[in-house]
Amino acid sequence: MTGKNIVGIVFSNAHDECISELTGIRTMGSVPFASRYRLIDFALSNMVNGGIEKVGVVTKANYQSLMDHVGNGKPWDLSRKNDGLFILPPFSTNEANGNADKLGALKGIQGFISRSTEEYVLFADCNSVLNIDIEKLMDYHSDKNADITIVYKNGKIPNLTDVIVLDMDADNKAKKVSVSPVTDENVNYSLNMILMKKSLLERLLNDAVSLNYTDFEADLIQRNVAKLNIYGFEAKGHSFTIDSMQSYYKANMELLNVENCDDLFNPERPIYTKVRDNMPAIYGIGSDVKNSLVADGCIIEGTVENSILFRGVRVEKGAVVKNSILMQGTFVAQDATVNCVVADKSVVITPNKTLSGAENYPVYIGKEIVI
Amino acid sequence: MARKTECLAMLLAGGQGSRLGILTKNIAKPAVPYGGKYRIIDFPLSNCVNSGISTVGVLTQYQPLELNDYIGNGQAWDLDRANGGVHILSPYQQIKGTEWYKGTANAIYQNINFIDRYNPEYVVILSGDHIYKMDYNKMLEYHKEKNAACTIAMLEVSWEEASRFGLMILNDDNSIKEFEEKPKNPRSNKASMGVYVFTWSKLREYLISDEADPESSNDFGKNVIPKMHQDGERMFAYLFDGYWKDVGTIDSLWEANLDLLNPKVDLDLSDTSWKIYAKTPVSPPHYISAGAKVQNSMISEGSRVYGDVDYSILFNDVTIEEGAEVKYSIVMPGTVVKKGAVVQYSIVAENAVIESGAVVGKSPEDMDNRDDWGVAVVGAGVNVGEGAFVAPQTQVDTDVVKEGK
Repeated sequence: MTGKNIVGIVFSNAHDECISELTGIRTMGSVPFASRYRLIDFALSNMVNGGIEKVGVVTKANYQSLMDHVGNGKPWDLSRKNDGLFILPPFSTNEANGNADKLGALKGIQGFISRSTEEYVLFADCNSVLNIDIEKLMDYHSDKNADITIVYKNGKIPNLTDVIVLDMDADNKAKKVSVSPVTDENVNYSLNMILMKKSLLERLLNDAVSLNYTDFEADLIQRNVAKLNIYGFEAKGHSFTIDSMQSYYKANMELLNVENCDDLFNPERPIYTKVRDNMPAIYGIGSDVKNSLVADGCIIEGTVENSILFRGVRVEKGAVVKNSILMQGTFVAQDATVNCVVADKSVVITPNKTLSGAENYPVYIGKEIVI
Repeated sequence: MARKTECLAMLLAGGQGSRLGILTKNIAKPAVPYGGKYRIIDFPLSNCVNSGISTVGVLTQYQPLELNDYIGNGQAWDLDRANGGVHILSPYQQIKGTEWYKGTANAIYQNINFIDRYNPEYVVILSGDHIYKMDYNKMLEYHKEKNAACTIAMLEVSWEEASRFGLMILNDDNSIKEFEEKPKNPRSNKASMGVYVFTWSKLREYLISDEADPESSNDFGKNVIPKMHQDGERMFAYLFDGYWKDVGTIDSLWEANLDLLNPKVDLDLSDTSWKIYAKTPVSPPHYISAGAKVQNSMISEGSRVYGDVDYSILFNDVTIEEGAEVKYSIVMPGTVVKKGAVVQYSIVAENAVIESGAVVGKSPEDMDNRDDWGVAVVGAGVNVGEGAFVAPQTQVDTDVVKEGK
């Protein structure tokens, strides 16, 4: 199996509801992350780095920012004469067609799936941030003679409604599958990257239609654990599943640990994103920046600590930014102070204002709001 | 046949830039990195696009590999067009034999066929050696207004510097009265910027007659323009009053970089209405550690700073380790400055390694004789060994070890 044999399917709206502040105006896939990326960049880059040449992006709502971001797929080298990137807008307005309901979404793109000539399909959601070697996943899938391979991580289960949890034997074959069980223990939970043969997917979808199934995780995966060879593939390296505003904040902040950053931005498998043509960041005289990630286009004259600055952020003289995430174009004016804040795009903090949240409860400021 | 184009640009990018020494050993001067993420050629190319000129011929000759690769299909400058776009024009074999570009005028002469395909009214001639932001369209409008055959962009330079430039003495209507090429006692401080607008039908005639003249060295400044003037063609100067810098020498390249950190210098790269485009490397955001100290500097993506950086420009994917010091310097992509090393008043090219305790360059204040001072240059891929010293005004393109080791 090579990447050429796989069609990628990315669910851009999956789990939108868990960070409704950020997804009110965009999809989960277009949520800004790590100074210069959008969450979908990880799913797309992983696929492309694994040699996949055809990716369908399933959308449901609010996908204008997503379309603007992915464009024709050029930054991921998915602007191709043959194959490349396909945006799959909702086919009908049936309420079942969301991708929170993955099965509904898959039914909506059955035409795309059946027209694809690739032998395999690989699913990905956008709220799991990881850098994974898809070639290894493919080899593993073949070696195990698996029907379905699910990428998992061991840890505390994310607070989402449809998390697949695998109970595996010594060979990593699933013995039992549960869906979002209530537990405080560490479990092997799915990062919703799932590989299977296209023919199997089509058969499962047909069954689902004839048997009136409604749930991807429970009806297609859990129900088939005895009949199919379902295997788990452990995601090595740093990964993070976002399930809330707090975890979004934490996922960003964990990148201030250089090892995590190295794992996620492994130069062997680069993460691609849309190019913005900003100049490099400028640090003025008297600026004081510590332990922070900074993108191009920032102009910093004040103090910045433990923070994630997106492109084109300005921090004026005397301003103090601590423990915060400031998205593209945020302006922190003279002598203003922000601490534990998540500022959406183009927020303006006027002079002398003070805003403070707590690390377990960052204050969110909506897009273009002037404080 | 391509669609008719009113105005196209020809960018002379074949120069070696020999005064840039080891920085242009393997690349042409226009491909030399500048300003943390750019290359010199990004400026004329971006100016073209921003001026609405979307057909650009780039004439390459010296070490074109990196430049060709960099320009690619022109997508980074939005110059991948169905009609026009960017074209790399290298010397090619013709029925009467193969010739290198003998001079700037000959380079255009050899590409008359390319220009004719677009049947333009006007041609802008540019060079890939200068850092400036300029609206060529305004100059073109001026050229049309004056009904000129040739318009030359000029800049008022200081009288002390004037003798380094090709100067123009003007009549009251800004038409050109006289040229002076690098005179000892300048009578004018109006210098040519090497940016020309020609009416194509005129230039075409002159290129053909210049080529037929065996005495000519086929150069715009030396031959074609004086000839046009002699023949009484309508020639005008167009005054430009922004930032413009010829980055022809190590010192001027160093200065032009550090100019970006000087708020008094009129070169704003953050202006979104006149963006300078570049091919952007794929790197994560840069990281400034808790122990780092960064002052008055420009830093690009993928870099990691643990040490001190003052009045410097770091390109992408540079690492400055703990206790290392970088000041008044330009550090190009992928270079590592290790623990306790000092890089000062220097240009360090790509993927070099400055081992711990090494010192590159020296402050002019610490010199016994200020005349011996100059920017130190470390070439691409060079390893400056532990405790080694690279003296000011020197260029090293092979590994350096500590003396006595």
